[in-house]
Amino acid sequence: MNWKKLPLYVVFVVLLAAPVVLSREVVEEVARSEEAIALYGFYLRDVTEEAGISFVHQSPTFDSRLDHIMPQVASMGASVSVVDFDRDGFQDLYVTNSGEGSKNAFFRNLGDGTFEDVAEEVGLAELNEPGTGVSMGTVWGDFDNDGYEDVFVYKWGRSELFRNVEGKSFERVTEKAGFPDWANVHAATWFDYDRDGFLDLIFAGYYHEDLDLWHLPHTRIMPESFEYAQNGGRKYLFRGNGDGTFEDRSELLGPDSPLWAMAIAAVDLRGTGYPDLVIANDYEVDEIYFNDAGKRFIAAGETSRIGFAPKSGMNAAVGDVLNTGQYSIFITNISEPGALVQGNNLWVPRSVFGGDSLTYENMATTVGVELGGWAYGAQFGDLNNDGTLDIVGTNGFISAGRGDYWYDFSKVAGGNTTIISDAANWPAMNGRSHSGHQRKHVWINDGRLRFRDVASAVGLTEVYDGRAVVLADLWNRGVLDVVLAHQNGPLLVYKNTANPERAWIGFDFEGVESNRSAIGTRVEVFWDGKRQVQEVMASSGFCSQNQRRLHFGLGENPNVEKVVIRWPSGRVQTLEAPEPGQVYRIVENESDIEA
Amino acid sequence: MSQSAQLTIPVNEAASGEGVKQARRFRYDPRYTPPLFITLILATGHWSFGILESLEKTLLSIGVAILTETVLSRIYLNKWPHLASAYISGISVGILLRSPFFWPFAVCAALTIMSKYVVRYRGQHLFNPSNFGISALLFLSPGAVAHLSVQWGNHIWPMLVIWILGSVIVYRVKRFHISATYVAFFFIFAWLRTLITGDPFVAEIAPITGPMYQLFVFFMITDPKTNVRSKKGQIVVAILVALVEMLLRLGEVIHAPFYALFLVGPIALFLELWWNARKAGRLQAAVA
Repeated sequence: MNWKKLPLYVVFVVLLAAPVVLSREVVEEVARSEEAIALYGFYLRDVTEEAGISFVHQSPTFDSRLDHIMPQVASMGASVSVVDFDRDGFQDLYVTNSGEGSKNAFFRNLGDGTFEDVAEEVGLAELNEPGTGVSMGTVWGDFDNDGYEDVFVYKWGRSELFRNVEGKSFERVTEKAGFPDWANVHAATWFDYDRDGFLDLIFAGYYHEDLDLWHLPHTRIMPESFEYAQNGGRKYLFRGNGDGTFEDRSELLGPDSPLWAMAIAAVDLRGTGYPDLVIANDYEVDEIYFNDAGKRFIAAGETSRIGFAPKSGMNAAVGDVLNTGQYSIFITNISEPGALVQGNNLWVPRSVFGGDSLTYENMATTVGVELGGWAYGAQFGDLNNDGTLDIVGTNGFISAGRGDYWYDFSKVAGGNTTIISDAANWPAMNGRSHSGHQRKHVWINDGRLRFRDVASAVGLTEVYDGRAVVLADLWNRGVLDVVLAHQNGPLLVYKNTANPERAWIGFDFEGVESNRSAIGTRVEVFWDGKRQVQEVMASSGFCSQNQRRLHFGLGENPNVEKVVIRWPSGRVQTLEAPEPGQVYRIVENESDIEA
Repeated sequence: MSQSAQLTIPVNEAASGEGVKQARRFRYDPRYTPPLFITLILATGHWSFGILESLEKTLLSIGVAILTETVLSRIYLNKWPHLASAYISGISVGILLRSPFFWPFAVCAALTIMSKYVVRYRGQHLFNPSNFGISALLFLSPGAVAHLSVQWGNHIWPMLVIWILGSVIVYRVKRFHISATYVAFFFIFAWLRTLITGDPFVAEIAPITGPMYQLFVFFMITDPKTNVRSKKGQIVVAILVALVEMLLRLGEVIHAPFYALFLVGPIALFLELWWNARKAGRLQAAVA
């Protein structure tokens, strides 16, 4: 024994043990709701059944040449959006299905704790008829400013636009809109990019728009690379005229990059008053487009640092996580122990606004939200009303039988373009799971740059294959409830019980000079020396849309100093010292504010 | 790869004298060629393709590798080390390891260098240092790290350029037979796997068309310090690495090549050193 080397051996052994200790996952387990409320400030209870909701998503079945990997190529389509379509003051839920001939569901909130499916009654059920493609998601916005929220149903196939007829029925107006007959659209959002008061629409494809997935000309449909694929679908930008017609202005986005789009969010990142775009892409870098005063979009992925290292971008949500009056961006990715550890991206701005030179730093690791499994949808929201934004994230790719497909997947994913891009080269899945049965995540924000995953502890224990998640105050109680849509799984509604000692404040908006949905309205609440900004958005997360209402948690005994509202028109309104515990209905240009 | 600093052009040891010493002082040290070469590739690749997931993480692993080498060399060898090897080890860790965290890069770089000082037999380290560090992290911390897969794309041209350049480099240092043997047997065993699993042959050969294998084939399994000495032995070891990798692949082990080298390399070297020592002992006994 060389005793001189003993310290070296000790350090060596310690270093070998370090990875085991450092990568140990801490799972907080609390069974009782009272304990969870005391410890974390809230508890989630699955009320799906008692709310009268019964919906199970079905996946599509494409061309038989894809049979061997069908669960993988047909792994999306479960979505959920929140909208008060009949203006009764309660948030309703629209859910997509994706099996050929399956029906979408529209759960109207009856306000008494239950919902009823009115999809067939209002004409929004039969959207997956054979030959027309299948639904992937919906995004709601009042494109004709008549006061009722209209809907764009985006599909792998023929996407559809419906006009809301006074909250009673929906009229199909797709042809009038002039949208493409066929595209494999996977992400879309309404926004008013030129601030003319009429909503515009951007949507982006996943598979190439030339592909009819039920009648393939060949099997070379897969991404040409796992991280550098440029053979996805194109992007479309349509400028709304307010009368149901749209003008194709896709050229404003610059040269088309046919990436595999998963999510789009439109939000004013730089404080210019014009909405910028965040696009999360699978198999490539994520993208940011800065809005040049409504005249064009400038690709700023690389300069902002967001679009430099490629991962598998799944989700685009924005939130003022640090309470600095600026938005951070949460883009989920894939992490599977022993196979692939991309880690999520929480892009935090490095400078105050910063104009065109705005750059971001990925702080997912620093704050503790980096590992989310095969992650899909995620949303920011103050679940415990403590005054900081928390994150709910869902995940799970394919939960099937025994065995895992990861080995075969990784084998091909690293291969040459000619191999990876041809579905015929992919080994058969044979009923195996692939990052399935994953535990969901609820990261609560302690306000000091640290998030803690308390999902199991607060009652979110399901392990279905999650896709979309939305947050909404379903029963006007001043808390954010959670709704999750699952691929080949049920829609689940979780009722939130938050610590009643914590205060909150909510806002509903109606644009007059601005678009009537008030999409793009920026609201900043100042209280107890703190501030938090939120923006009215259409799409947020993955194939989902939160409630239009903005909800701010305020903590205990808050003293709200003021609320500054900047409308898309540029008009600024200030509310001085509003009382917490109420939802304020604010109409642009009106001085009277309804509580 | 970490030892590609060992792939040096021999300096003329016969040269001597003060003038020569003076000339040597300013002469370019060929041991800097591999680090310069790999730095150039990385810099070009990073600023054009973004091949490094994080420049900061790569710099961290390089820094820790150099620091560890310097400290251990001063303590245990009582000399200032030539840092080319540690520099390349750090870069290897930076390229081949993937993690959203910083700590794996530091821990892996430290383990990589320390393995040379800890796991030794008859005065020689047994493990390929970066293979040891990376395999240890992949095995001990699967939830926090993965290995490189497609960091410079899946297109044919970059792949061909690196295969050609790599071949030229290993040919010049007389190690092409190792790479060629491994590649040939990878294909043979891929065909065998196809027969066993029923998966398409192209799926089985897909991994070797990716960038991770380019580094593995040219810079890791050819490491002169941790390879057996005889050419025949090197060929046998390359075949055994491919064979063990095939067995691991049949068990659906994702990091099969790293683990195969981790298992085969040190055992082969140990056996050779042991055999040589035994032979030398017998020879000495016979002479005596």
